[in-house]
Amino acid sequence: MDKGEMLLLYHEMVLVRRLEEKAAELYQQGKVGGFLHLYIGQEAVGSGVVSSRRPEDRVITAYRDHGIAISCGMSAEIVMAELLGKKTGCSKGKGGSMHLADVNLNFWGGHAIVGAHLPLAVGMALADKYQGSEAATICLFGDGATNIGYFHESLNLSMVWSLPVLWVCENNQYGMGTSVERASAVSEIRRKADGYGMQNDRVDGMDILQVRAATEKALEYVRKEGPYLLEVVTYRFRGHSMGDPERYRESDEVQKWKDDDPIGIFRNYLLENGHHNLETLDAEDQKVEDEIQQAVQFAETSPDPAPEALFQDIYVEGVE
Amino acid sequence: MTVMTMRQAISQALWEEMERDERVFIIGEEVGLWGGTYAVTKGFYDHFGPERVRDTPIAEGVIIGAANGAAMAGLRPVAELMTINFAFLAMDQIVNHSAKLRSMFGGQFTIPLVIRTVGGGGRQLGATHSQTPDVVFAHFPGLKVVAPGTPYDAKGLLKSAIRTDDPVMFIEHATLYQTRGEVPDGEYLEPIGVSKVQRQGDDVTLVTYSKMLQVSLQAADQLAQDGVEVEIVDLRSLRPLDIEPVVASFRRTNRCVIVEEGWPSYGIGAEVATRLYEEAFDYADAPIRRVAQKEVPLPYNRELEQLALPQVDDVISAVKEVL
Repeated sequence: MDKGEMLLLYHEMVLVRRLEEKAAELYQQGKVGGFLHLYIGQEAVGSGVVSSRRPEDRVITAYRDHGIAISCGMSAEIVMAELLGKKTGCSKGKGGSMHLADVNLNFWGGHAIVGAHLPLAVGMALADKYQGSEAATICLFGDGATNIGYFHESLNLSMVWSLPVLWVCENNQYGMGTSVERASAVSEIRRKADGYGMQNDRVDGMDILQVRAATEKALEYVRKEGPYLLEVVTYRFRGHSMGDPERYRESDEVQKWKDDDPIGIFRNYLLENGHHNLETLDAEDQKVEDEIQQAVQFAETSPDPAPEALFQDIYVEGVE
Repeated sequence: MTVMTMRQAISQALWEEMERDERVFIIGEEVGLWGGTYAVTKGFYDHFGPERVRDTPIAEGVIIGAANGAAMAGLRPVAELMTINFAFLAMDQIVNHSAKLRSMFGGQFTIPLVIRTVGGGGRQLGATHSQTPDVVFAHFPGLKVVAPGTPYDAKGLLKSAIRTDDPVMFIEHATLYQTRGEVPDGEYLEPIGVSKVQRQGDDVTLVTYSKMLQVSLQAADQLAQDGVEVEIVDLRSLRPLDIEPVVASFRRTNRCVIVEEGWPSYGIGAEVATRLYEEAFDYADAPIRRVAQKEVPLPYNRELEQLALPQVDDVISAVKEVL
């Protein structure tokens, strides 16, 4: 990775962080409705994984999807517009926070039924293989998704059909408020892949360089051999969603992880190794501030969907 | 025209569409080597190969999920659920994904998916293998639900279902595969969402679909001997529901019986009757009647099972009540 790309990734991680903080603010002001699941603390995972892909590789994830959307190339403006339910949002205001997607960026969505997008990834990888494409499908999901049937049905079938899927488990240690230890028979999620004879690895998700290296290695394997499960150990600094009372974890634990802030780790790395100086990084932070401000302004001044939109985009052919 | 069975008609539709479009493939349990549990895809595996006729593990969630994903990515899957009772294992994929992926993402995704499945009772398979829950699927906007009652309609509607860019539940009836009927020799398509008058008459309007079309036709023959001419409107598609031919018929006959195999509560009959009351209340000369399954899980015992299912005599009695 060259200096320039490192700076881009730094920018991306800070952008995700600030976007989430701003989204939380707007949620508290009642401008964002529904559920809001923040990616704060997990930035190194999305940026590390997605930046390893080729343009033809598909990305699909769960409902904690703002960061992944940004990593796939969606602008903060379009994300913010969708959060505010505007016509200019990526899903025209019909999806909201949990349902961001842009097929032109090869980003196949945030999906909000736990585990349900894993079979979708199987189908996409099948379609690519069927059509002779070299593309891989990268499917991200949380630790909670590994206890539901979909996970097992999908890992199994991806092996049976030897499909080009990279399964990425973002183990942030909690499925809502239930810790991995309280919900899963094995706390090292990667072990579940062993049951399907699937290659797997486990990596520190707070260090983007480690995530990058592990993803690159995994994708190489996927393209040559078939499915692979990469467990990325991370932590969400905020609650499961806004309004989470967080009775299930101690503040000491949260603080301990916050000391390992993925953005701080990467920033220090860039400084200590002389890749970039403080001035450059601060300037990048300022650029992000401007971008966020612009995104909020874009979203707030965008129109709501017209009433006619209610009956649009439900069927391709014929309306009742 | 050639006389053939429902099984042959469905099989022909599939074969022709697979020959026509390489993006069409079949995915499901025992569709390949076995040839389909109802023998609909017999010979397909040898002709089209394992890539296009894909045997899966017994895992309905990932069958429909993978079909959804493949459809999103540009293929045109025909997924087979061995029976509609197993569709409940894929319910999340069908109602939360097939039906919603398009609208929830602002029209970015297209789901040209057909789910072929087999419903209906009458084969002594017990309560969990004999249901007719068609209406459950018809409840969800975003899906199309088709259930043919003749070989002619089965072939023409299945070809349309495969060609439409929307997700379609295509519900076949387990006891209709041997039913014979005339099918055109050349290619033809039947439009989805268009009801069809299958028999003309002036005395009573019978509204029905699928297996109950055949039961209603038998009832109509017997009633004709007593001088009662019923008109049979076959819905063929439960969503979209084409109610206009039903209303038009009712305005002439002023009497209506709705015949469905599923349970009456919250059913097709309830829906059709309400639409008639809403749109043609003044034309009613008698209360609208429903013929449907008794409100019990279907028992195994043959006599009890038949007691629960709607019979020709039940239809005749209902018609006489509204006359």
